[in-house]
Amino acid sequence: MISFELPSFIQNQTQLIEMVAKQAMRPYSRDLDEHEHTRPTTFVSMTWPFTQELVKRTLKGLEETNGSNGHGPKERKGPDFSVLALVTMIEQLSWGDAGQYLCLPHPMLGGAAVDSAGTPEQRLRFLKKFTEGNPKWGAMAITEADAGSDNSSMRTTAVLDEDTNEWILNGEKIFITNGKLALEESDGLCVVWATVDPQAGRAGIKSFVVEGNTPGVSIAKQEHKLGIRASDTVSLHFDNVRIPFDNLLGSAEVQQQTTVKGFKGAMKTFDASRPAVAASAVGIARAALEFTVEKLAEEGIELDYTKPLHELTAVERDLMEMEARYKGAWLLTLRAVAMMAYGESNRLESSMCKFRAGEAVTWITQKAVELLGPTGYSREYLVEKWMRDAKINDIYEGTKQINQLIVARSILGYSRRELK
Amino acid sequence: MLDFRLDEEQQMLNETIARYANERVRKVFRDAEEDGHIPPEVVQAGWEIGMLPTSIPEAYGGFGEYSAVTGAVATEAFAWGDLAVTLRIMVPNLVAVPLMLAGTEEQKEQYLPLFADEQAPAFTAALTEPLVRFNPYKLQTTAVRDGDDYILNGTKTVVPLADEAQMFLVYAAEEGQTQAFLVPAGIEGLQVGSRDKLMGIKALPTFLVTFSDVRVPAANKLGGEGGIDFSKLLTHSRVALAAAAVGVARASYEYAREYAKQRVQFGEPIAHRQSIAFMLAEMATEVDEARLMVWEAAWKLDKGQDAMREAAVLKLHVDRMVLTVADRAVQVLGGYGYIREYPVELWLRNARGFASFDGLAII
Repeated sequence: MISFELPSFIQNQTQLIEMVAKQAMRPYSRDLDEHEHTRPTTFVSMTWPFTQELVKRTLKGLEETNGSNGHGPKERKGPDFSVLALVTMIEQLSWGDAGQYLCLPHPMLGGAAVDSAGTPEQRLRFLKKFTEGNPKWGAMAITEADAGSDNSSMRTTAVLDEDTNEWILNGEKIFITNGKLALEESDGLCVVWATVDPQAGRAGIKSFVVEGNTPGVSIAKQEHKLGIRASDTVSLHFDNVRIPFDNLLGSAEVQQQTTVKGFKGAMKTFDASRPAVAASAVGIARAALEFTVEKLAEEGIELDYTKPLHELTAVERDLMEMEARYKGAWLLTLRAVAMMAYGESNRLESSMCKFRAGEAVTWITQKAVELLGPTGYSREYLVEKWMRDAKINDIYEGTKQINQLIVARSILGYSRRELK
Repeated sequence: MLDFRLDEEQQMLNETIARYANERVRKVFRDAEEDGHIPPEVVQAGWEIGMLPTSIPEAYGGFGEYSAVTGAVATEAFAWGDLAVTLRIMVPNLVAVPLMLAGTEEQKEQYLPLFADEQAPAFTAALTEPLVRFNPYKLQTTAVRDGDDYILNGTKTVVPLADEAQMFLVYAAEEGQTQAFLVPAGIEGLQVGSRDKLMGIKALPTFLVTFSDVRVPAANKLGGEGGIDFSKLLTHSRVALAAAAVGVARASYEYAREYAKQRVQFGEPIAHRQSIAFMLAEMATEVDEARLMVWEAAWKLDKGQDAMREAAVLKLHVDRMVLTVADRAVQVLGGYGYIREYPVELWLRNARGFASFDGLAII
């Protein structure tokens, strides 16, 4: 039955997160943006207790279902709203500051990959560390210099050393959010995509868990970015990195065979991560929209929703369209997440919400800078930062175009060959 | 709890209407548009699906429960078939829904049972005025209290089925506030003028209607002495029209998608090209997004919450969305899109209409 009501446990967490966003994020936003690569320590220490609880809740759910990652009611007594809880939190934290949000001590993308491609045992094993000790981070390494959206042409290799039953990873990955936090500054984890057979194309690609402080991993480069500067984006160099055999994510069949099953399992990560990116986009959009409305109201420009079209000024029309685009992107995101909760496939819907939200927040924040004139452009305020932060959502987890391609193939029923 | 799936009843209703739209409406809609006339048996079959009677409570002779969400689902499904036919079937809603939402107990008891009948009563409503600067919150048509009566003066346009109507719900400004009055046909001073010549929805007969010192008893004022909260009614109307717009947009998108898969140029279907495929992806996304926005506003209405703001934003956004999607559909069909043998030019004309359709449908 159609309903837009959030479960009460999610409604209950919103106040706490709003407080974090207002008190632990916003006051540090400008400073962290101006001093790239500085750690948002207040935010991390305030959120770590909370994210531990979130992961505990997920683990408890996993234990009840013996680790099955089915989120649907078939595997569970009812729908699993844990991803919804995460996504609503991401929206709120990104309203606070998208750069800091990415530093959330949480399995994040690495967790999504473990959840999508791992076995029940692996899910329990790798997530447990996020419920204890010092703050930890999760990351995912997929992109290479010559393998962006075309990730099947990646060159990082994983070779099995049969004597020790270990995988040996070699190669270089780029654009890894939290790579440094996950592997160098904490005992976190990074899911690394590599090929066990470079001749096999997609069929050879598997995902591996590399844990924090594993020898042979080094930070090759720390990027300087347009926005989300509080978040570190690094290149990781893997030089004969040895990891246990069981750190290859997936079933024995995936582990032993060269089929596209492993690749497809790993690609499923995006069905969960794309709504998360969309949620972050929506959070920034809401921040920009609220600030714009507030500032304009101080100037006596207030929206009257009873005005007919011919009485609306250009600014009022822009504001209303900003509101519509924000709302639409959020609803598409909620739909993709709700489908996960009910155990339905959401490949199409997750790409749809991701490209739409990325596009919406890019437009909304650019509009906000425009509507506020010199104030919008000034570094005294955060709007210009939000515009720079926003743009990443149009790019990572698949550019707008690659997600449109996925949507297009899906609605047309086309293969990769039919629609390139 | 958060859920975007239709319940069983809505699914059945959706399927029933989809079948009707496909098997009945799509067979006649082009001729109806060209002739300006919908076959009465098609209208009757649509009425018999029972959307309105099942939303009227049993206490007033109906068979069910009012739900804006269900109304939105149904309206989209109808409008996928054809907009003019949809608006035609929904004309009785223009009086019944305001009665349900804002009528006094006496008014509901007197009129609502008429709408639960096998034949729809010939009731219609008059809101739109023939002005560039039409504003439903600041009507030019006036209602002035005179003793136990009201005296109405003004000109209305796009009044559906005015020629055969027995009763009009006329919106007029009383001391600057929009109120509504039940005005029986044939009353002195009420004149049904010429049939409107519109860009689209030509199958739906609409008329110019003038009111010159029309005198009705004060008891005919909707909601009694206190009157109505017009913004609430307009909100319901905007949600209904937005749902219809989603139906028109979905029809356009689906037609363009299937065409693009069939149409071969340079040795392969044009849908193999990103320039076409990406347009279709955008169209699909816009349709889904708008539907979710419609449902959210409708859901708020069902919860008894105010959705005036949502509906205003929705109207602006969806009016643009449906036009864009219909325009893209014409574009995907290229030259054929411009030819009246194909439906997309009709949908483009209908799509533009939503900008001026305030009050022409209500759920």
